Amino acid sequence: MNLTLFVVVLITAVVLVVAALGIARLVSPRSYNKQKGEAYECGIPTRGGARMQFKAGYYLFAILFLLFDVETVFLFPWAVTIRDLGTGGLVSILFFLLVLILGLAYAWKKGALEWK
Amino acid sequence: MFDFSVVTQWVDQFLRSFMPAEMAVLAELILIGLCLLSGYALIALALIYAERKICAFFQCRIGPDRVGPFGLLQSFADMIKMLIKELIDINHVDRFLFNLAPFVVIIASVLAFGCIPFAKGLQVLDFNVGIFFLIAVSSIGIVGILLAGWASNNKYSLIGAMRSGAQMISYELSIGLSILTMVVFAGTMQLSAIVESQAGGWFIFRGHLPAVIAFVIYLVAGTAETNRGPFDLPEADSELTAGYHTEYSGMHFGFFYLAEYLNMFIVASVATTLFLGGWMPLHMPGWEGFNRVMDHIPSIVWFFGKTAVVIFIIMWFKWTFPRLRIDQLLRLEWRYLLPLNLVNLLLMVVVVVFKLHF
Repeated sequence: MNLTLFVVVLITAVVLVVAALGIARLVSPRSYNKQKGEAYECGIPTRGGARMQFKAGYYLFAILFLLFDVETVFLFPWAVTIRDLGTGGLVSILFFLLVLILGLAYAWKKGALEWK
Repeated sequence: MFDFSVVTQWVDQFLRSFMPAEMAVLAELILIGLCLLSGYALIALALIYAERKICAFFQCRIGPDRVGPFGLLQSFADMIKMLIKELIDINHVDRFLFNLAPFVVIIASVLAFGCIPFAKGLQVLDFNVGIFFLIAVSSIGIVGILLAGWASNNKYSLIGAMRSGAQMISYELSIGLSILTMVVFAGTMQLSAIVESQAGGWFIFRGHLPAVIAFVIYLVAGTAETNRGPFDLPEADSELTAGYHTEYSGMHFGFFYLAEYLNMFIVASVATTLFLGGWMPLHMPGWEGFNRVMDHIPSIVWFFGKTAVVIFIIMWFKWTFPRLRIDQLLRLEWRYLLPLNLVNLLLMVVVVVFKLHF
């Protein structure tokens, strides 16, 4: 039943977008103007494309995020069962987190958390 | 306390009385979709109105007051205006991705919206991995924003989307870890079970210091996650026009606008569910008469009341603090919130394992 409801909610979202866009396309005016299709940047003709070289710092943070996000995925099942695991669960996760915190400290020391 | 499953059972029996079982189920599913849709739209419109009024009072203005009594119909008028505006086709956009982006953003927020327990028995999606599912689907929204910025072929859009991506993935960690802290305390990921287990006291009261720290971290990270308040640099209007949705016009823009407000509601209602007891009334141990009076207030009023308080706090942030720079923003997350969160998680585990909580 939950899976059916999931599909229903998904369809609801798609219907919302399709219906609103459909109504908008029906009632909104259309006019053609050559200037209208240009990128909205500053008024004078745009120079070059927008897809150029980009700052590598963003990718560094994305990689760090990936590391910690996967860690969160591992932690969730453990979090649900911690009451039954008791002290053993605490000690084992302490080691896991220690390795991660060391990794964060390493990234910090290397200057990866610095925005230059 | 009033249980909404009475209503749903009545609808079920009423439909089954005059149509075959399969048709009744189909009709119910359509009804669920319609309710969800109207709830989604109404909450977004109410929030837009609230934001404008609250912003006005913070700035010693009156705000919208012409359309309807106290300007109540202002956001409806805005929505109609958005519907009848032209959807402009830009020359050099990646047309497929450009049109896909609003879908992704809306799907993410509607799916997250479906998980929220609004009242006793009033919840669409109740998975046993509920809160995990909620984090998972709400982070799809980042993909939509990145798509929008990339497909627009506009420098403002791309910079806005990149900043937004960096900010949202960073603060996703804090949200995930502070939620994880509360999952440790609750011992379950099912949202309805989390609310049920707060019958004896809200988690923020019972969880000692770690719960309070997690709540503060969650509020800060949630504000950043919705690109609001002091963290609105992806759409900093004075430098990037509108960030990732610069090139979107008419209803296309309307979707990003709707999703932004709905995401704020989702952040606030998750805070309510995890920390402030969801739809559970406020109970004081020992005060029998007080508790009985509190039980008479319907659960849906409790839920929306608490959510409104959290939303007001988030709006308060926005009109109080100046905007952060991107380096300050990333430093706040990676150097302060993340280590604090990891320590707080361990603190919570110690509290749970050695049974130090109330």
